[in-house]
Amino acid sequence: MKKNWWKILTVLLLVFTVAVGMLSDVPRLAILNETIRNLYFHVPMWFGMILILLISVVYSIKYLRKPSIKNDIIAHEAAKVGILFGVLGIVTGMEWAKFTWGEYWSNDPKQNGAAIGLLIYFAYLVLRSSFAEQQQRARISAVYNIFAFAALIPLLFILPRLTDSLHPGNGGNPGFNAYDLDSSLRLVFYPAVLGWTLLGVWIINVKSRLELLRQRIYENV
Amino acid sequence: MLFKEVIYLMQKDFLLEWRQKYAFNGMLLYVSSTVFVCYLSFGLRSNALQVPVWNALFWIILLFTSVNAIAKSFMQENRGRLLYFYSIVSPQGIILAKILYNACLMLVLALICFVFYAFVLGNPVHDIPMFLLSILLGAIGFATSLTMISGIASKAANSSTLMAVLSFPVIVPMLLMLIKMSKNAMDGLERAASLDELLTLLAINMIVVTVSYILFPYLWRS
Repeated sequence: MKKNWWKILTVLLLVFTVAVGMLSDVPRLAILNETIRNLYFHVPMWFGMILILLISVVYSIKYLRKPSIKNDIIAHEAAKVGILFGVLGIVTGMEWAKFTWGEYWSNDPKQNGAAIGLLIYFAYLVLRSSFAEQQQRARISAVYNIFAFAALIPLLFILPRLTDSLHPGNGGNPGFNAYDLDSSLRLVFYPAVLGWTLLGVWIINVKSRLELLRQRIYENV
Repeated sequence: MLFKEVIYLMQKDFLLEWRQKYAFNGMLLYVSSTVFVCYLSFGLRSNALQVPVWNALFWIILLFTSVNAIAKSFMQENRGRLLYFYSIVSPQGIILAKILYNACLMLVLALICFVFYAFVLGNPVHDIPMFLLSILLGAIGFATSLTMISGIASKAANSSTLMAVLSFPVIVPMLLMLIKMSKNAMDGLERAASLDELLTLLAINMIVVTVSYILFPYLWRS
């Protein structure tokens, strides 16, 4: 029970996010209108994706320093959950973009950056599947994971700031804090980020334990 | 010590290239036939291509050329030779030598490509030194990121497909910067306008070289 407190916290946070996020009052803003509630679902996906991919990279580094099957499995599962969050982020973002910017895909640098980031991690999965031997697969995909993450960082954080973007906070648009993230939104937004990220960690936890057990069964057969 | 190793390994690469020649000549033919195919398929006279189209086409040709040219940098070595290197030189020396060698190779190829391309499809570039600078940065950038990728891909089974799949997403940020910078040069904008792109490109190159330098020993061990 002592070790599981964060799982209970996750459930509570997500229930809070969905219930309060759907029911509470939100600021009335032109164009955004009620879609501003997507802030609780779209934006946390990106925070969650970056954090979870960071977990994946950290475990890849750990694997290179001290090769163990556990580190490799966690890195792999975290990359998969990161991809899941990325896809959900893109889908919710496209839905939002349809209502506010008028198109599902409007050639926004952040949208493109996100799509390329996903391509990198799909390539990671393809690379993994092309090795038969377990140790070689683990080491080489760890190398690619770190390399790709280093290339992804400038893509996600630097490029959009150099060009015009429709997202808030870029290319002369004021950031969230300037006008629309008032305290009632913050009250739900921060728990939402924490809740979704913890949910991702939980999924990684369960899946990597399952994978470890599966490996153990193979060894014993 | 490391410096000496890099020099020796580069010498060896140049010597091999000079003796065999087929690889380099093959790439030359690849570049020129691609440019010629573009010329024929657009079916137009010189200077009729719009500036953004000219620019994008040029970089796409260079991208595919470099993927093909650099893909072979680890695949052409046979197993025995790799084992021999493994026993006498450090992995850092190998990756630095390969990056430098590929940068030189790409620079020559890119310049030849530019001359031929401008000759066939017309040359709308206003600020030629700046455009050449973007070609230089592009050649170095492609060489740095693709060398590491080709090292990764050469370990896998279907390495030629994998090379393309792994390299495109990694190279896109660089490509976008390059296209923007060379577009500025083509329009003859003042040079301060491209400073942002130039610095970002240099920074990306630095990151990629550092990461390759740190990671290559792990790749090399297998």
